[in-house]
Amino acid sequence: MSNLSLALAVFWVAMLVGSPLRATEVKTAVLRIDRVVGPPISRLDAPPADLGFAGAMLGNEDNRTTGAFTGMDYTLKTQAVAPDKAAATLDALKAEGIGLVAVIAEGEILKALSDRAGPEVLLLNAGARDETLRDADCRANVLHVSPSRSMLSDSIVQFLMWKKWSRILLIHGSHPEDRLLADSYRRSAAKFGAKIVEEREFVDTGGARRADTGHVMVQKQIPVFTQAAEDYDVIIAADEAGVFAPYLPYHTWNPRPVAGSAGLRPVSWHAAHESWGATQFQGRFEKLTGRNMREEDYQAWLAMRVIGEAVTRSGKADPATVRAYALSADFELAAFKGQKLTFRPWNGQLRQPILLTDGRVTVSVSPQDGYLHQHSPLDTLGIDAPETACHAFGG
Amino acid sequence: MPRSTLVLLQAVLLFAGSAEANKVFVSNERGNSVTVLDSQSWEVIATFPAGNRPRGITISPDGTELYVCASDDDTVRVFDPETYKELHTLPSGPDPELFALNPAGNPLYIANEDDNLVTVVDVKTRQVLAEVPVGVEPEGVAVSPDAKTLINTSETTNMAHFIDTSTYKIVHNVLVDQRPRYAEFTADGKKLYVSAEIGGTVSVIDVSKAEPTIEKKISFAVPGVLPEWLQPVGIKATKDGSRIFVALGPANRVAVIDGATDEVLDYLLVGQRVWQMAFTPGEEFLITTNGNSNDVSIIDVKSQKVIRSVQVGEQPWGVVVTPH
Repeated sequence: MSNLSLALAVFWVAMLVGSPLRATEVKTAVLRIDRVVGPPISRLDAPPADLGFAGAMLGNEDNRTTGAFTGMDYTLKTQAVAPDKAAATLDALKAEGIGLVAVIAEGEILKALSDRAGPEVLLLNAGARDETLRDADCRANVLHVSPSRSMLSDSIVQFLMWKKWSRILLIHGSHPEDRLLADSYRRSAAKFGAKIVEEREFVDTGGARRADTGHVMVQKQIPVFTQAAEDYDVIIAADEAGVFAPYLPYHTWNPRPVAGSAGLRPVSWHAAHESWGATQFQGRFEKLTGRNMREEDYQAWLAMRVIGEAVTRSGKADPATVRAYALSADFELAAFKGQKLTFRPWNGQLRQPILLTDGRVTVSVSPQDGYLHQHSPLDTLGIDAPETACHAFGG
Repeated sequence: MPRSTLVLLQAVLLFAGSAEANKVFVSNERGNSVTVLDSQSWEVIATFPAGNRPRGITISPDGTELYVCASDDDTVRVFDPETYKELHTLPSGPDPELFALNPAGNPLYIANEDDNLVTVVDVKTRQVLAEVPVGVEPEGVAVSPDAKTLINTSETTNMAHFIDTSTYKIVHNVLVDQRPRYAEFTADGKKLYVSAEIGGTVSVIDVSKAEPTIEKKISFAVPGVLPEWLQPVGIKATKDGSRIFVALGPANRVAVIDGATDEVLDYLLVGQRVWQMAFTPGEEFLITTNGNSNDVSIIDVKSQKVIRSVQVGEQPWGVVVTPH
């Protein structure tokens, strides 16, 4: 972190020396709300300290390079705090005159922050996947650059239908977020004509998931847990809490693939993705940070680039103008996913392709060929305008 | 020149419409090679290694030096177009992707995608003359016919930067649509075409006045092709400015544009993910590189028909034809 900060500081000073006298200041921040959670099942998934911040730094640097030509001076402040400090930290950012804030937080916290922020602040949701934030609980001062649960579940089920693996065994966890994700998969299955032949719940009993002999227990328990199911083509795991899904592949009673929270996973980004100029983008991130890019980093980069594009094209930096431009028909963003990203004006959700990965390569990208929509194939992913319960955007 | 003129004359007389044989060099991004074709028989006559990830490719006006951006080697490799032997390398700066040669044959202007720079290299002394800071992910490079202005497009900043070739200072920045890939001047130096891959448009910029201004944005529509896949990349203008050809990437089409009205006249079906293009010297043929089908398509310019496709190496990227 200190090396990175130093490199950026040197860069900023260098840019300032060469920039015109009075540039318009564009003040941005990333606010990350960290809850204390246990270690992930795989230590490869342990979050780095600069999770999300690093992506925002790259996005800010991209904006600053462009800003040197347009007379815009971008600044970025990054803060990670516990949930009980979220409100006070937002207040402090506001007091500093920062009105463009990317938030990486759980849905309930984001909702509370958006109600507190007021219309003079624009929040960019770079974390929470909750459907309700884009639906009945949508807020006019929040744009969502993170995909929703329904966009992710739709992207998986479209692929399964393309594969003709339409009979699903749905295994969900016992946490509230697992149930919401399971709801999303039920909805996606109904939407695209897949059949959930059976559901099972994996109850989190607080077991020692990383005990030395964990793999021995897993090898005995998972086959039994998945035994005697109705005939199915594929397992979908709904395990947002991260309790059991990575244990499913290779341990199922029947030799069937796993998708969802393990196996084939729907993601906004992953570090092996190379198409559409992504190789250079990954390289720039790795050079800046010394690690691979995570979803939160990509989403925070998106948040900064949404701000950058809106400021560059509109020539203004106030949150109201940024919001209005982002939601207008003129807004478009190139983001290494092969097509322009735009916002759904009825709920502030960024349309985007979803990568399907096995963790090593990009297996596929949804929307799948043949899923058509009168506006954009990207609107086959997630809640569409006719179904929305969001009214904060004039709908 | 006199000898080749004579050969051309004979060819025209004998084969009415057929062209002089030239060598066509195609860089194969994943094949790490250059494929050589004969522009009369359209047979592959040679393939030679060209370093890691060869992309941009061009040739000196006298036809004696072939330049290849070996992107992953962070260098420009210079080959003898007769023997295919590597003569030497040029300092290019990191990750060279695309470049343009001054019409006089020197210097070479190179876009360094990873470092937000355009590097200017003297091809004789092999020295770096200047490094010009530009926007994020510089890609397209073009030199005006009078050699006074260098254009660079930056893919994430979404600008065409106008650089004075005598001072190496940026004199204008023109904001275009998302992910500008390529810039092409008309031969009279009055118009500049800039493709925006993700924006799906080609900006037509009037460069005849003191301040460059976007006159028009050309957009594309092909029945049965999703608009998202109409992604303009390479551009070539005929010398008389009457026709502009635009490669449309994953739409597998080349758009033919009327240079007078800047309206699309036709779409020609070529190979998959069409990227860059080059004319034969007499503009009889236009060769397109098709990255996903590993071939090149040959377009008969006069009839505006695709006459054949030829398999080359893995993931063909750039193409250049010997001048004589």
